[in-house]
Amino acid sequence: MEAVANKEALKGGEFLVKETNAQDIFIPEEWNEEQLMIAKTCRDFLEQEVYPRLDEIDSQKDPNLMPSLMDKAGELGLLGTSVPEEFGGFGSNFNTSMLIAEVTGAGHSFAVALSAHTGIGTLPIMYYGNEEQKAKYLPKLATGEWKASYCLTEPDSGSDANSGKTKAMPTEDGKHYIINGQKMWITNGGFADIFIVFAKIEDDKNLTAFIVEKDFGGITMNEEEKKMGIKGSSTRQVFFNDCKVPAENMLSDRQNGFKIAVNILNIGRIKLGAAAIGASKGVIDHAVNYAKERKQFGTSIANFGAIKHKLAEMATRVYACDSATYRAGQNIDDAYDAMVAGGMSDAEAKLKSVEQFAIECAILKVHGSEVLDYVVDQGVQVYGGMGFSADAPMDRAYRDARINRIFEGTNEINRMLTIDMILRRAMKGELDLMKPAMAVQKELMDIPDFGAEEDNTLFAKEKKALRNLKKAGLMIAGAAAQKFMQKLKDEQEVLMNLADMLIEVYALESAILRTEKLIGIRGEEACATQIDMVSIYLHRAVNIARQAGEEAIFAFASGDEQRMMLLGLKRFTKVEPTNLKEARRRVADHLIKENKYVF
Amino acid sequence: MNILVCITHVPDTTSRISFTDNNTKFDTSGVQFIIGPYDDYALARAVELKEANGGEVTVLNVGPADTEPTIRKALAIGADKAIRVNAEPVDSFYVAQQIAAVIKNGNYDLILMGRESIDFNGGMVHGMVGELLNLPAFSPVMKLEIEGDTAKMSREIEGGKEFIEAKLPFIAGCQEPIAEWKIPNMRGIMSARKKPLEVIEPTDSVKNTEVSSYELPPAKGDVKMISKDNVEELVKLLKEEAKVL
Ligand SMILES: Cc1cc2nc3c(=O)[nH]c(=O)nc-3n(C[C@H](O)[C@H](O)[C@H](O)COP(=O)(O)OP(=O)(O)OC[C@H]3O[C@@H](n4cnc5c(N)ncnc54)[C@H](O)[C@@H]3O)c2cc1C
Repeated sequence: MEAVANKEALKGGEFLVKETNAQDIFIPEEWNEEQLMIAKTCRDFLEQEVYPRLDEIDSQKDPNLMPSLMDKAGELGLLGTSVPEEFGGFGSNFNTSMLIAEVTGAGHSFAVALSAHTGIGTLPIMYYGNEEQKAKYLPKLATGEWKASYCLTEPDSGSDANSGKTKAMPTEDGKHYIINGQKMWITNGGFADIFIVFAKIEDDKNLTAFIVEKDFGGITMNEEEKKMGIKGSSTRQVFFNDCKVPAENMLSDRQNGFKIAVNILNIGRIKLGAAAIGASKGVIDHAVNYAKERKQFGTSIANFGAIKHKLAEMATRVYACDSATYRAGQNIDDAYDAMVAGGMSDAEAKLKSVEQFAIECAILKVHGSEVLDYVVDQGVQVYGGMGFSADAPMDRAYRDARINRIFEGTNEINRMLTIDMILRRAMKGELDLMKPAMAVQKELMDIPDFGAEEDNTLFAKEKKALRNLKKAGLMIAGAAAQKFMQKLKDEQEVLMNLADMLIEVYALESAILRTEKLIGIRGEEACATQIDMVSIYLHRAVNIARQAGEEAIFAFASGDEQRMMLLGLKRFTKVEPTNLKEARRRVADHLIKENKYVF
Repeated sequence: MNILVCITHVPDTTSRISFTDNNTKFDTSGVQFIIGPYDDYALARAVELKEANGGEVTVLNVGPADTEPTIRKALAIGADKAIRVNAEPVDSFYVAQQIAAVIKNGNYDLILMGRESIDFNGGMVHGMVGELLNLPAFSPVMKLEIEGDTAKMSREIEGGKEFIEAKLPFIAGCQEPIAEWKIPNMRGIMSARKKPLEVIEPTDSVKNTEVSSYELPPAKGDVKMISKDNVEELVKLLKEEAKVL
């Protein structure tokens, strides 16, 4: 327990400039018995109630099916896990709620309905509601008696969320607001009892949030949207025509809606990453199983190197994402505990702790959704023609995955946010980028290190490569910031490059730290496959960073400066050769032996 | 009504089975353990009966300390308290003696268990416990209703169904569809740790079994499809290749 007390608490974004001790991170191998039991309940629920009805759910023929599944999940308590006990929930910590998001994330359309209800639907009231609002709404949301949706997006206001046109006009007596406007893409719209609606009061610049009950009247909707995937999830356009909302249903303060939207999305993002992991693991299990069963050329296709490559690569990316997700989740829990210990209220600490790690949340949204897209794509490929068949599971997995790069902030928006938040924190003096960036500048002038000193401690080479990747990121970010100053935000291509570098740094570091900690618990021999995955991921991360870095350098540097930076990049993206073919084969063989993803 | 439910701690049905120590020990590494599926139905019925008639459900497991997560899962599903007899469940007779001792010390109106465990699938414990205590034992019980001190049951027998009435107490080896299978809910999970789990030492009992070695069944072979019009080919293959005719 002492180690916990001495945990060094890194702040959000500091991973770029500081090192983390493996002992200080949480790894998924440390789930306790209760958490594992909750996860099993979620899995059993999917197996019993959802998987046998996937086609029926997606057909949307029975509009009561999805709400009735939600009711059943509510009976098990799965809708109230994060809600405080005093409001009828179970007050789980953040990482437990992430585990639930992961496991239920394999539930296709149902997963979307569940996460919209428990996340963007319930959390605004939980975090921003006053005592009366919480007492009135949370108990019913926690059991599923009332189902919730979140109405931010409009036809002309998507990524630019604060530009919404929906209006809320106060009545003369000041007792009500009259809401008029059109919302679009509203998940759970078809059966929701509660709508969290963002609108502008009079000519305000910023949005204000309201809790709107369906029974207030003045709410109509279009038919269900016809979608590429998550076809069973209800998605509606919702119209507010003179919808009369009591003034006490304003959530938080006037013009605080955009802030609410942003903070709720932070949470939604990291949970989306977790859900993507769950979906990915399900696809890997199917793919491994199919590869073993399917015979061509007289042998199981799992014996082919090309198939092993895919299986190993799928597992490796998921492993890295998994490592990063729960590392960040625990960081949030730790920050929350510290804030509450410092006297902050529960709701405020919950928000502030997530806000503290908003950079990591954005990173994990992008990483998780892109790992999932890779996994489903390769999953289809492993299935060959059957991958293209609507009677096999890959078809649905492939279609359902795609939305994750779009909602909760598109991946472009999240990539830009990642860099924007880092630079902002640096500007505010919350994150010291200057010193490390200067140190990199100086190192570039020095004679390069030829790797003379032998360090044979565990992961010494990998950690050196990681430190170098951070330096590469700092070098380019520093130069770009100097060159463009305030105009850097207009150089989106460069921002994307920088974000790619950072995302890979975070994922790689998390995979190394998790494996290091795990070796401490289980010994090196028992972690041979994890060690292989670290090498595979290391090479991937370095390759991405090298390419992204090069593109960025080409984009804004020339002459001597360009030459200098390219040399630096080369130096910082040097890795020891590894036989990745053999490493991947070993990872694949482990999956094949266990017949599923077991890490 | 006081109900005792005896549960086993067995490998999940999807576990990969392998052996160590010269094939004399089951290799538990990486294996997920669950409540025996038939026991799970027995437990679910016990919880339903308690909900309908009041009373208390106690779960019992004969096993070493590492079965406790499985026991707590039973508490999460709805049992009120648990007893663990701190001993390796060597074989059916050994386990039956331990269960009989617990029943003697308790005051149970009904003793439920699965029709069989899914590790060794002996299916003998209920009968043995009945014999040791001179109580009736029935298996596989697929329906169980209680009215006062009488139970109405049905079980599947060769070629038909048997309807039984019996006075409490007795022992039943259960099987689906005796109850609706229960997934532990959040409330149950959160309260499981707070429920009493008593650990008792085993009574002296004879151990009749010693494992000399385990062996895996032969790997699943390839399937050959033969056209339904080609009976000669089938007969020929059964004779010459499969050598079963
Ligand atoms: C199935 C589904 C469910 C949804 N559920 C909900 C819900 O429950 N509640 C809700 O409020 N919303 C919901 N949404 C809306 C969703 O959040 C938006 O679709 C998303 O934020 C993108 O907005 P948009 O569709 O208007 O795309 P746009 O903003 O028009 O984006 C189009 C493209 O332009 C890019 N782009 C936009 N702005 C910039 C920029 N500044 N710089 C660079 N690139 C940019 C985007 O990345 C994207 O590639 C849902 C959407 C879908 C499809």
